[in-house]
Amino acid sequence: MTASFLIAFVVGGLFCVIGQLLFDVAKLTPGHTLCLLVVSGAVLDGFGLYEPLIDFAGAGATIPITSFGNSLTHGALQEAEKHGLVGVITGMFEVTSSGISAAILFGFIASLLFRSKGRP
Amino acid sequence: MVARGVIRFGNRPTIRAAAVAAGPTEKKNSPFSHQFDRLYDSDLIGQKTNEQAHRQLIEDACDLALNKAGKTISDADYLVCGDLVNEMTPSNFAAASTGLPYVGLFSACATSTSALAYAALLTEVGAASLVLAGAASHHSAIERQFRYPVEYGFQKPQNAQWTVTAAGFAAVTPHEPGYPSICQATVGRVVDYGLTDPLNMGAAMAPAAFDTFRRHLEAAGTEPEDYDVIITGDLGAIGTQLFRKMASEAGYAVEGERWRDAGKEFYGGDPAFFAGASGAGCSAAVYFSDVYSRMMEGEYRRALLMATGALLSPLSFQQGESIPCTCHAVELVMGEGEGR
Amino acid sequence: MDRQAYSQLEQQITPKTPIALNLVKAFVTGGIICTIGQGIMYFYMYFFDFTERTAGNPTVATMIFIAMLLTGFGKYKRIAQFGGAGSAVPVTGFGNAMISAAIEHRTEGYVLGVGGNMFKLAGSVIVFGVFSAFVVALIKTILVKLGVVGW
Repeated sequence: MTASFLIAFVVGGLFCVIGQLLFDVAKLTPGHTLCLLVVSGAVLDGFGLYEPLIDFAGAGATIPITSFGNSLTHGALQEAEKHGLVGVITGMFEVTSSGISAAILFGFIASLLFRSKGRP
Repeated sequence: MVARGVIRFGNRPTIRAAAVAAGPTEKKNSPFSHQFDRLYDSDLIGQKTNEQAHRQLIEDACDLALNKAGKTISDADYLVCGDLVNEMTPSNFAAASTGLPYVGLFSACATSTSALAYAALLTEVGAASLVLAGAASHHSAIERQFRYPVEYGFQKPQNAQWTVTAAGFAAVTPHEPGYPSICQATVGRVVDYGLTDPLNMGAAMAPAAFDTFRRHLEAAGTEPEDYDVIITGDLGAIGTQLFRKMASEAGYAVEGERWRDAGKEFYGGDPAFFAGASGAGCSAAVYFSDVYSRMMEGEYRRALLMATGALLSPLSFQQGESIPCTCHAVELVMGEGEGR
Repeated sequence: MDRQAYSQLEQQITPKTPIALNLVKAFVTGGIICTIGQGIMYFYMYFFDFTERTAGNPTVATMIFIAMLLTGFGKYKRIAQFGGAGSAVPVTGFGNAMISAAIEHRTEGYVLGVGGNMFKLAGSVIVFGVFSAFVVALIKTILVKLGVVGW
């Protein structure tokens, strides 16, 4: 179990290092960087590479935003397997709904509870 | 005409009084805070939105300046000011509540001096006996418009600057002895050296500052040594270095205490604020507190105020445009024998 | 001083991004966030009826809940100033983008402000995620139909 924490730390950290390189070396904005990472996650799953990474690294692979792209492709492929080409469109959010619904829900709740504070 | 864009005020309009209102971050972190006339404990200043707080800041600074001049709003003839919010609604609403004839000026963070120059012109030609001139900014209102939501996590580089929550206003009247008077103003050209990083505004603005600086001194026939202080608006730590480098390469001696920058000094060099302060209220707050009181005390007899402004919008930045910049200069003198 | 000379001078004077330090900070920050995620994942696996594969969903939701608290209390931006991509790349960063926009635009009302602006920053991630997933899945499905590759 300790090993799994360590692996999550290292793999998750490495994803962030890639992100930081895109910030600092490629001079991309946060928006561009995150989009690129999501697209990479989607492509990796197309080659069937992301799921083995999740099996290996656990939260180290599910927490970075790349897993969002992976889940989208994964859902689309699962449905495509059952229903053919139509499934590509209908299955997209099958797996990944939790992140988006949680973000919408908590975003809305936060707008009821909090005000922004312009302090450093 | 003295030179293109240079106005000489023969009647010497006077800054009869000046006042500054500032927010809680400034109260806590600015070494100038003890010189500000009003400090608030909340960013919202008892209002519902940041933009309303911004308006309140402007109204309060105007009231304070009038009070210090021993005048009331009915004595004022014009309100000349601006801010950075879209279409300058805080200034517009403040103008509505004062009921004064109003000229809204957008020179970004250079508005403090462009307003001062405009007010001096109105006074010079005899069109006004008292003009309220100034500029303001409110951190949260500006940040969310130009950058990201205030609570968005985003790593700012060391060359970023912190938009201040402050308003500075001056009451400009026809010449009265014993107060700082305006003897020359140089209207800035828009200078674009092709810089595109909106988190490095000081570097983008430095060439504009130098352009106005050179034009002002050439028209006045002066040297830097003739001034007790040459204070730029919000170049910050990086922009200040660049501006002085440009000036020294052009043969000006740039060493000594007379060279100051309001943005660099505003938070006392605290690294939490990166390269320093920015925002229309930054230069206004320092000019109308520290510089004004030093002139009143006689420490400064001749001052060159050069507020700098980056004339970009989020739209122009996203469309890949560079950052056009400007700098307006106003020269103040104290006492009869000084200046020309 | 002409533009070119100025541009050189500007690059000389503007402080260099401390890339090595930033990378270490991003690694540590991101690593810690993922380790916390791993802990939450085990929590759902041991105390609830989740498997290693399915525990991801409640974990992500919980992480975004934590992001909401940190964002609301003004801490997330401070973590981000230290960690850079370390706090932007994990799903908490996605949550922060949506939550901060929702808080910020509350003053324009719940429909036009909160609803209309919540996806202002995070929307592009969803758009590009969905579109790239569509293209990838489409290509793969066609390849499978043609018998080039298997599922």
